[in-house]
Amino acid sequence: MNTPSDRKYTQSDEWVKLEGDIATVGVSDYAQDALSDVVFFEAVVSVGDTVQAKTQIATLESVKAAADVNAPLSGEVIEINEDLASSPELVNSDPYGKAWMLKLKVSNPAEYDALMDAAAYEAYCAGRSH
Amino acid sequence: MTEPTLYELSSQGRPGFRFPQPDVPLTPLPEGFLRKDLNFPEVAEVDVIRHFTRLSRLNYSIDQGIYPLGSCTMKYNPRINEAAARLPGFAHLHPLQPVETVQGALELMYELQSWLAEIAGFAAVSLQPAAGAHGELTGILIMRAYHQSRGDSARTRVLIPDSAHGTNPATSAMSGFQVVNVPTDAAGNIDLAVLRTLCDATTAGIMITNPNTLGLFDQNLLDAIALVHQAGGLVYGDGANLNALLGVARPGDLGIDVMHFNLHKTFSTPHGGGGPGSGPVGVAKHLVDFLPGPIVEIVEEGDEDMPPLFGLVQPKKSIGRVKTFFGHFGMFVRAYTYISMHGPEGLRAVAENAVLNANYLLARLRSAYKVPYDRTCMHEFVLEGRWEDAPEVIALDISKRLMDYGVHPPTNYFPLIVHDALMIEPTETESLQSLDAFADVLLKVADEAHQSPQLLKDAPHNTPIRRVDEVKAARDLVLCCWVPEAESN
Repeated sequence: MNTPSDRKYTQSDEWVKLEGDIATVGVSDYAQDALSDVVFFEAVVSVGDTVQAKTQIATLESVKAAADVNAPLSGEVIEINEDLASSPELVNSDPYGKAWMLKLKVSNPAEYDALMDAAAYEAYCAGRSH
Repeated sequence: MTEPTLYELSSQGRPGFRFPQPDVPLTPLPEGFLRKDLNFPEVAEVDVIRHFTRLSRLNYSIDQGIYPLGSCTMKYNPRINEAAARLPGFAHLHPLQPVETVQGALELMYELQSWLAEIAGFAAVSLQPAAGAHGELTGILIMRAYHQSRGDSARTRVLIPDSAHGTNPATSAMSGFQVVNVPTDAAGNIDLAVLRTLCDATTAGIMITNPNTLGLFDQNLLDAIALVHQAGGLVYGDGANLNALLGVARPGDLGIDVMHFNLHKTFSTPHGGGGPGSGPVGVAKHLVDFLPGPIVEIVEEGDEDMPPLFGLVQPKKSIGRVKTFFGHFGMFVRAYTYISMHGPEGLRAVAENAVLNANYLLARLRSAYKVPYDRTCMHEFVLEGRWEDAPEVIALDISKRLMDYGVHPPTNYFPLIVHDALMIEPTETESLQSLDAFADVLLKVADEAHQSPQLLKDAPHNTPIRRVDEVKAARDLVLCCWVPEAESN
């Protein structure tokens, strides 16, 4: 399992990378592995929307299951990755890079501190092996 | 597989049907109603019969062998059910006949309502819903109507364990409720500590499947039901796994307020493309008035000389009709036949043998497969289809390899709380020899996974169609085999 240490993670398996007040969001390697081949991505918010942390921002579907993607932080949606709808397989091949899902201008940076770092997230994943 | 479609078999001017001479004057269709772009296949009768016979031989069914699809209860459908459903007095009824002329059919429905109510411990049953998920929707709408009738509009949330069938959250969302996830504890039960924090004045109810989809009797069931009731919520029972409880425990006695039955699972009517489903809903006393109607009641008591008169009645505060006419009547006849055939002792034996068969298989497979929640199971159990010392093999590969041995795979990747889940439900109708043969194949495949994993990755090898590309199938949908000329330009 790949867990880059330049970002933080949620219990619902999103990653978030904060640069200034701009947060980039995607789902973790653990999540894409559990989902298996992703066949569908749809953002359920639009650019300009204000989202609250832990509310749904996108839907992922794989050959196994459907899953909600939640906002790790509160803020305003400033960009959505337009490539993912036509190439959802990027979630499997490059979850931390090309499969970023959206960018937020965060309204409460303190929320970031409460999220798990890479080591804590790896321990969290190891603890739910079933 | 090279079987062509009927469109490919079609040859112009070779119809399989000729219209009889009309006994009324021929009247041409008005201009504008005739379409030239309808591309009906023209195939001779003999070629149609051969086409579908060839297709049927490519199929797998419960009549060929074990069908261990977890949470689906693919039990054998006794032939006597079919004989009963084809009796002319049942088969040739018209749903608009006056009730005086269909008293036998209404009596059958009345008795089936009563029997289902007795089997599961409910005050009344409506036979209307057409399938399990339809029964769920009906049940949740009944719960909503109950809260609304009391002016209790604050109850907007339905609690759903994370092991639930996907239809549970879908049903709640469709009924306008917010879905709240309840986690499973380490023993495979509802996490009571979390549930306690979730129950409040906004709780409309909880949807519980018991045994749950791990195949386990929820040891926290009574406490969970009490917590939700104390908060003023109602308890919905997902009856998909009722087969494990028949004649042993009654959901109504355990405190469940409303539950759907799956006649196509528990009561042996055809399942999975073999026939329409049927999802009757049973309710406790306080919900009787909300049932969808019409339901069958005795409208005039009989005496020594006259049988009672059965009629169709709409419950007082009914949520309304959920199905045209009266539900899937042919399925009622089959379920009625099945219950009559078994009687109370026989139904209990069904549950006992279903549970015994599942535990026998689990005992044989435990050495070769990881069992994530390992305790005495009910009618089904969940294995993990993945090994640390055979990392490239996943559950899907195991299932594909099972097909090479002529065995239908178990349910894959459900429940979602187990990675690479293989969910196995043998049902009571498999013999010891059949169970052993199935276990032998699973043990052999586990061995192959370690010795020659590529054999599994490339499976199936012996089926009419080899490994299908599920990703391509999901991404590149082909939803229509022809396009009307007007749209194809």
